[in-house]
Amino acid sequence: MTEKLTLSKADRQKVWWRSQFLQGSWNYERMQNLGWAYALIPAIKKLYTKKEDQAAALERHLEFFNTHPYVAAPIIGVTLALEEEKANGTEIDDAAIQGVKIGMMGPLAGIGDPVFWFTVRPILGALGASLASSGNIVGPLIFFFGWNIIRMAFLWYTQEFGYKAGSEITKDMSGGILKDITKGASILGMFILAVLVQRWVSINFTIDLPGKQLSEGAYVVFPEGAVTGPELKGILGDALSGMSLDQVQAQTLQGQLNSLIPGLMGLLLTFLCMWLLKKKVSPITIIIGLFALGIVARLLGIM
Amino acid sequence: MSDISIISAVLVVVVAFFAGLEGILDQFQFHQPIVACTLIGLATGNLTAGVMLGGALQMLALGWANIGAAVAPDAALASVAAAIIFIKGGDFTSVGINVATAAAIPLAVAGLFLTMIVRTISVGLVHTADKAAKDGNIAAVERAHLFALVLQGLRIAIPAALLLALPAEAVQDVLNMMPEWLKGGMAVGGGMVVAVGYAMVINMMATREVWPFFALGFVFAAVSDFTLIGLGTIGVAIALIYLNLSKKGGNGGGSVGSGDPIGDILEDY
Repeated sequence: MTEKLTLSKADRQKVWWRSQFLQGSWNYERMQNLGWAYALIPAIKKLYTKKEDQAAALERHLEFFNTHPYVAAPIIGVTLALEEEKANGTEIDDAAIQGVKIGMMGPLAGIGDPVFWFTVRPILGALGASLASSGNIVGPLIFFFGWNIIRMAFLWYTQEFGYKAGSEITKDMSGGILKDITKGASILGMFILAVLVQRWVSINFTIDLPGKQLSEGAYVVFPEGAVTGPELKGILGDALSGMSLDQVQAQTLQGQLNSLIPGLMGLLLTFLCMWLLKKKVSPITIIIGLFALGIVARLLGIM
Repeated sequence: MSDISIISAVLVVVVAFFAGLEGILDQFQFHQPIVACTLIGLATGNLTAGVMLGGALQMLALGWANIGAAVAPDAALASVAAAIIFIKGGDFTSVGINVATAAAIPLAVAGLFLTMIVRTISVGLVHTADKAAKDGNIAAVERAHLFALVLQGLRIAIPAALLLALPAEAVQDVLNMMPEWLKGGMAVGGGMVVAVGYAMVINMMATREVWPFFALGFVFAAVSDFTLIGLGTIGVAIALIYLNLSKKGGNGGGSVGSGDPIGDILEDY
């Protein structure tokens, strides 16, 4: 009886490093399959010494695979545990390993997309971009380091979690914690998206509306000719108390809209885009259309 | 203002190569405008200008993500090419940023076609890897994978090198030929197009349950005194409160009780 084969921490770290290249050979046939095999190679080399076993393991892991590139980490962890068992003689057939992979990739992708693509990246991106827009180098630094620290820690700890939990993790799949994370992320995501729409979608109408004639007493009456000290004091006092300097108050369309709530037109535009996207209009078409609209609006002098 | 030196040009091509790798890997985020434009700015000695362009483009690209079958515009080519045009144009004002941003859009589409070509070529490479795996040739499997990855890098590096080869005067002439109404119109359009990215994300996330949080976010944001960090804190707090309350209200039957927290408290009395 030979000693039990185990994957050392160094082996698992090699797999972790390689798992970052998961999507490198993303293809239309089996998607992340080759990247997946590439990530597992250090483990395969360690666990199987005979050439035919290595070949069998490689072929087994070149089957179709596709999920969110980060949540692949716990699946890799579980697969490492299964392969370790198999290499030690436990009867685990290829279909079982493939079954675990397929069974996990769907629900986990459903967590990865809202958490990473729709919550963490937009928030970090918006934070970095708002600093960067004024030329502040801290903006890109926050985005780059913030993102990569979160990402690399997530990849390592969830891979370790998967490895230690083994196939137990599949049972916890529908568990409460994951549901909470997804729901919390979508709440925070929706909140922040609304913030971004309000702050960054800019529509400014340059149309002037007819001015409003103010009633007497709402504007400062300037005396003819030279102004004496006490008169000036009175005028300044009136102005400071909020009286208008002109008899006619200028009104702009934008001012009127802003008095409802600032950013209203941007919100309506966002709803329009959502509706168009649901009607299967391509985002690129909408973007080009909006640039065209902007040029026409500028030519007509309304924006 | 002038042409880019050889050393800078080589560095820009290296940045472009990394942006191309990340365009498919999506890990380190070298392809995101805020990173790519900053690095290109650094390589050409226009750091601040690059950071500003990166910030502006990032706003536009916030919602661009590849989810399942949905294909998003390609951030990698858009940010690299826009940065090169921006630096060569030499106009580092907000007008220059808007023009470069507008130029980035068709490039994002072009980048999409390039990545689709590489993803198709990768099918062939996978078949090579299949054969190598049968023979137990591990090194050949690794080579097939890395070769596909390098192709993704070249997908951005080659167009970037071609753009760099254009003389700066030519780029500036084209940009100077643009009349004011066109530049102004692009600025107006640039203010609006960010809505498309947000709309894509909202469509993905929106459920009946989370719409009220959208309304809250919008109204809080209208108070211009709140900074982005402050608003983020409010958002996290609201999400945590909601999650906790919905667990407590869970046995209240039917829908979640936390839609009406005051009602819940009153019922407890």
